[in-house]
Amino acid sequence: MSVEALALRRSRSGARTAKRVVAPLRHLLLSGVALIWVIPFLWLIITSLKPLEQVFTRPPKWIPEPILWRNYIDALNNPGFNFGRLLRNSMLYSGLSTVGTAISCSLVAYGFARMRFWGRDVWFVVLLATMMIPGVVTMIPTYVLFRVLGWVGGYAPLIVPAFFGSAFYIFLLRQFFLSLPWELTESARVDGAGELRTFGSIMLPLIRPALMVAVVFNFLGTWNDFMGPLIYLSDNSKFPLSLGLYAFQTKYQRDWHLMMAASLVVTIPMMILFFAAQRQFIEGITITGMKA
Amino acid sequence: MIEAEAQARAGVPTDRARLGQRRARLLRQNVKGYAFISPWIIGLLVFSAYPVLASFYFSFTKYTVLKPPVWIGVANYANMVTQDPVYWKSVSNTLYYGLISVPLGLAFSLFLALVLNQAVVGIGVYRTVYYLPAIMPPVAATLLWMLLLDPGNGLVNSGLRSLGIGRPPGWFSEAAWAKPALIIMSLWGSGGTMLIFLAGLKDIPKTYYEAAEIDGASAWYRLLNITLPLLTPVIFFNLIMGIIGSFGVFTSAYIAGGSSSGGGYGPGGTAGGPLDSMLMYMLLLYRNAFRYFEMGYASAMAVTMFVAILSLTLVLLKTSGRWVYYEAAVPS
Repeated sequence: MSVEALALRRSRSGARTAKRVVAPLRHLLLSGVALIWVIPFLWLIITSLKPLEQVFTRPPKWIPEPILWRNYIDALNNPGFNFGRLLRNSMLYSGLSTVGTAISCSLVAYGFARMRFWGRDVWFVVLLATMMIPGVVTMIPTYVLFRVLGWVGGYAPLIVPAFFGSAFYIFLLRQFFLSLPWELTESARVDGAGELRTFGSIMLPLIRPALMVAVVFNFLGTWNDFMGPLIYLSDNSKFPLSLGLYAFQTKYQRDWHLMMAASLVVTIPMMILFFAAQRQFIEGITITGMKA
Repeated sequence: MIEAEAQARAGVPTDRARLGQRRARLLRQNVKGYAFISPWIIGLLVFSAYPVLASFYFSFTKYTVLKPPVWIGVANYANMVTQDPVYWKSVSNTLYYGLISVPLGLAFSLFLALVLNQAVVGIGVYRTVYYLPAIMPPVAATLLWMLLLDPGNGLVNSGLRSLGIGRPPGWFSEAAWAKPALIIMSLWGSGGTMLIFLAGLKDIPKTYYEAAEIDGASAWYRLLNITLPLLTPVIFFNLIMGIIGSFGVFTSAYIAGGSSSGGGYGPGGTAGGPLDSMLMYMLLLYRNAFRYFEMGYASAMAVTMFVAILSLTLVLLKTSGRWVYYEAAVPS
C-alpha cells in the first residue's frame, strides 16, 4: 500500500473518530439552545394553567397546583375578550385578504411569465423596484385616501389592496410559472383553450405548491398584523384577535394567567397552519432563490 | 418573422393580408397580456405611485386631515431636527436597537442554520422549536416577554437571582434595560432569518465539500473558504431585510412601552416606556400621524426614513461588491 493511500486511510479513520466525538457534542449544543428557546413557550403554557396567586412566586412554580383548565374558559368568556367575535373578525380579515392575494397574484404572475406583450420586461423591473419601497412612505397617503372614501373604521382598507397583487408573491409565482414546460401551453392553445382557461385549469393546478406558500405567508402575516388594524379600526366589535388581545391586556393588566391562555389560543391556529404547510414552506423559500 | 417580412417586401400579394393578421394577433396578445397584469398596474398607481408622491407633497405641508394641506416648505423637516424634543431620542433609540439587534440576530441565526444544516437526528423538531417564535403573533410574544422579564418575580430575574445576582435588571421598567429587553425578544423571534440561511446553505453544491474533503481541508477551513463566501448573497439579503425591519420596529415597543409603568404615561401604547427609552422612530411617527393627526409632520418623518433606508441600502450595495460573492457560471 502506498504512503498516500495509508495517509488517506488514517485521515479517514481520524475523521470517523472525530465524528463520533462531534455528533453528541452537536446534539448537546442544539438541545441546550433549543431548551432555552422553548422555555419561554413552556412558561406561557404553565402560566396559562395557574391560579393567579401562583404566577409570581419565589421560587418560580413549574407545576401549577391545581392545574386550572378552566382558565381557558374564563379567558374566552371574558367580557374583555369576546373570543367568538374576534375569531370571526380575524378569519374575515385573513381569509378575504388571502383570497384576494391568491387570485390577483397568480393572474399577474401568469401574465408576466407566460404572455408576450409590449413593455413586459420594463413593467417587471418596476415590479421588482416596488419591493424596495418601505411601507412607511405609503402609509399616510393611503390612510388619507381610505378616509376620503369613507372606508376608515371598516375592513375594506385592510382587504381591498390585497386584490391588486403584492410584488413579492407575484415574483414568487412567476418563477414557478416560468419553470413549467411551454408545450403545455401550446397544446392547450391547439386544443382551442382560451388564455384564462389555460391559466385556470392547466397552469394553476401545477403551481399549487408555490400558491400554498403565498397563501400561508399571507394568512400568517394578516393574522399576526397589529399595526394595520390599529390604524384603521376603532370599534371593539370589529377588532381581530391581535387587537383584541392587546385590548384585553390594557383592561386586565394583572390577569397574567388569563392573558397567557388567550395568547396561546391566538397562536395555536398559526402553529397548526405551520405544521400543515411546513414542507412547502421550506421548499418554497428554497425555490424563491436568493440568487435569482 | 424575417421570412414574412422578406415576402412582404417582395410584394407577394397574399402576404399583405397575412401581415395584417399578424398585426391583429399581436394587438390581441398585447391586450390580453395587459388584461392579466392590470390588477397589479392599478394597484401600482393607487397604492404605490400615488402614495409615494403624496408623501413627498404632504411632507412640505401642514396637514391635519380635516382641512386641506397648506404648503409650509421645509418647516416640518426643520422642526423635526431642531424643535422636536423627542425626535433625536427616537432616532438614537432606533439606531441603538438596530446596531445591536441586527448583527446579533444575523450571527445567531447563521450559527443555528449552520448547526441545523448538518445531518442531525430530529432536525425537524429543532427547526420547529427555533421557528416557533417567528410565527407567534407579535402581541402574544410581547405579552409573554413582559411576563418573563417582570422585574419582581419574573422567570428571568428569578433565574438571575438564583445565580447570585442580587439586583437583576428592571427590564421594561428601567430606562437602561428597556432596549436590551426588546433586543432579547427580537433574538428569540429570529427563526425566519435562520430559515432563509438554511435555504441558502442547502443551495451550496455538495461537490465542493467533497472535493475539499479529499484535499484534506478541515471543517473550519471549509466553513471559511466554501460556506461563508458562497453564502454572502444570502447574508447580504438578510442584512438589508434586518436593517429595514429594525427601522420599522413598532408592535413590541408599542405594547411594552405603553404599559410597562403601570399606565402612568399617556393614552394607550404610544408612551415610549420609562424616560422614552422605547420611543422608536415608528412609534413617534405613529403618534404624530394617528394620535395628533399631524399628517404633514409624520410624512416628513416617513420621507426621512425612506431616504435613510434607501441611502443605507445603496451604500451597502456599492460596498457589497467587495465582500458579496456571486457565482458566475457554476452548474448546479
